[in-house]
Amino acid sequence: MSRKDRMSGNEAVAYAIRQVNPDVMPAFPITPSTEIPQMVSTYIANGEMDTEFIPVESEHSSMSATVGAEAAGARSMTATSSCGLAFMWEELLVAASNRLPLVLALVNRTLSGPININCDHSDSMGARDTGWIQIYAENNQEAYDNFIQAFPIAEDPRVHLPVMVCQDGFITSHAVENILLEEDADVREFVGEYHPEEFLLNPGKPVAVGPYAVSDYSMEAKFNQEQAMIRSKEVILEIAEKFRSRFNRGFGLFEEYRTEDADYILLIMGSAAGTSKQAADELREAGIKAGVLKLRVFRPFPAEEIANALKGCKAVAIMDRCESYNGHGGPLASEVMAALYTSKVYIPAISYIYGLAGRDFTVETAKDIYKELSDVADKGKQIKQHTYVGLRTREER
Amino acid sequence: MGNSNIEIRWHGRGGQGAKTAALLLADVCFKTGAYVQGFPEYGPERMGAPITAFNRISDTQIRVHSNIYNPDLVVVVDETLLNSVDVTAGLSEEGAIIVNTDKSPSDIKPLLKGYKGKVYTVDARTISVNALGRYFPNSPMLAAAVAVSKVMEKDAFIKEMRASYEHKFAKKPEVIDGNMTALTQTFKALEPQLD
Repeated sequence: MSRKDRMSGNEAVAYAIRQVNPDVMPAFPITPSTEIPQMVSTYIANGEMDTEFIPVESEHSSMSATVGAEAAGARSMTATSSCGLAFMWEELLVAASNRLPLVLALVNRTLSGPININCDHSDSMGARDTGWIQIYAENNQEAYDNFIQAFPIAEDPRVHLPVMVCQDGFITSHAVENILLEEDADVREFVGEYHPEEFLLNPGKPVAVGPYAVSDYSMEAKFNQEQAMIRSKEVILEIAEKFRSRFNRGFGLFEEYRTEDADYILLIMGSAAGTSKQAADELREAGIKAGVLKLRVFRPFPAEEIANALKGCKAVAIMDRCESYNGHGGPLASEVMAALYTSKVYIPAISYIYGLAGRDFTVETAKDIYKELSDVADKGKQIKQHTYVGLRTREER
Repeated sequence: MGNSNIEIRWHGRGGQGAKTAALLLADVCFKTGAYVQGFPEYGPERMGAPITAFNRISDTQIRVHSNIYNPDLVVVVDETLLNSVDVTAGLSEEGAIIVNTDKSPSDIKPLLKGYKGKVYTVDARTISVNALGRYFPNSPMLAAAVAVSKVMEKDAFIKEMRASYEHKFAKKPEVIDGNMTALTQTFKALEPQLD
């Protein structure tokens, strides 16, 4: 039976961690994810869970210790944000290439500089090619639900890859909102027990973890890793369906909000998706067919599925909460446009950059974007690709 | 006010508990069955620096995750902010503003840049010092926000707040009664201003 409660996104993830009760959690604090290990250590001190908590001296160490514990055969996880994730970079690649199904609760925060503690997706987008599955949340509920689904996805024998469960720093991590929580027993049953097929502390069945591979074999390892990422899509969908039939909520690779007959679609990830839905509803009342495609799973990238979902609309705005510094567009836009092209869906698509370093994204901004899409599709207006929204004007500077 | 979708903006200074008040308001409204949102705007956290916090209270699910630019109610926890922060920016003329001050609404009105809506004042310092022996403006301002916005009935609010304080101050039970007195005293003090 679901229970109504209210809590912040960080509280929701900490609550899910208590319910999952992983074997090992090494962690090092960094804003805005600090509350997660803090709350978990309180749960442990109160005897509400028995995870082995390892306070370490840096994020380089927290990910190294998580990798080590997972390789030993323990269900392991950690949490971080921003520069903490950047400091884990080398170990992120080690985790994925050694096919270790560990979980990282990421609370998205911008990267330097200027130094800033607020939300954007620079940290996880920077790690997009490290071989991790990435799942994004719109609100505290999805942060909780996604976290519960992360372990069964990661540990599935078809996958064996690490999962990054992302939520927007402060915007959802520190906002108290309504939430539905599940019973401990139901969550534990859903997640299941962890029985790794191969692990270091397994007498009689030795394995090598992280050995050198010569050129004759390295490329096959990388190919196999990519095959696992491809297979993870069906597993993510299976787990999402299992979650939906059990708890009656949730989405697969993305949520399609009023897109079926939409002329203009805004493609977005994270907390700004809800704000965009509000804008779409208000425009619908004025007779404008607006819709939102909220991407939940960025890795594996659902290229064909996205192209298929967009093929009926007149124009799409692809919203990146991250700069790529490539002079061309955001990372999400680049991948979506490539997906449209390879699927032969030739609709106007515009790359927008929004919300960097915590810049607010409002219903009005979303409506302005829909208006621009309509100008492009219906009036042939030329809009500059790689457009910033919410930027100060020259006068305001 | 008292409608089904209320947006509240809090102005305070770091350390005064404006963020806590916003989170407590979300908490207490949740208990009445409402959909709630309570969140602060984060920047460099310094004691005394101006901070903003927000509430959305609704009878339907809240999806918007932006700050609040057109609030129905503004609560000013620190009177000195009137000089430096445009506290009535975007505030609905059908809405209201509550200022923590020992002055009267008619004294405060000229400082509000021509704001035409309702103005309420609460002397949270006196109420807090009398009830708790120290200056904690957030309990009186929380009560004032409920009294003016009518997001919930007074009796339900008082009952829920006692439970909330008993949980929050489990290790400091001596401050529970003082905080409860601060809440009821605020309702009493505001009565002549409420219609």
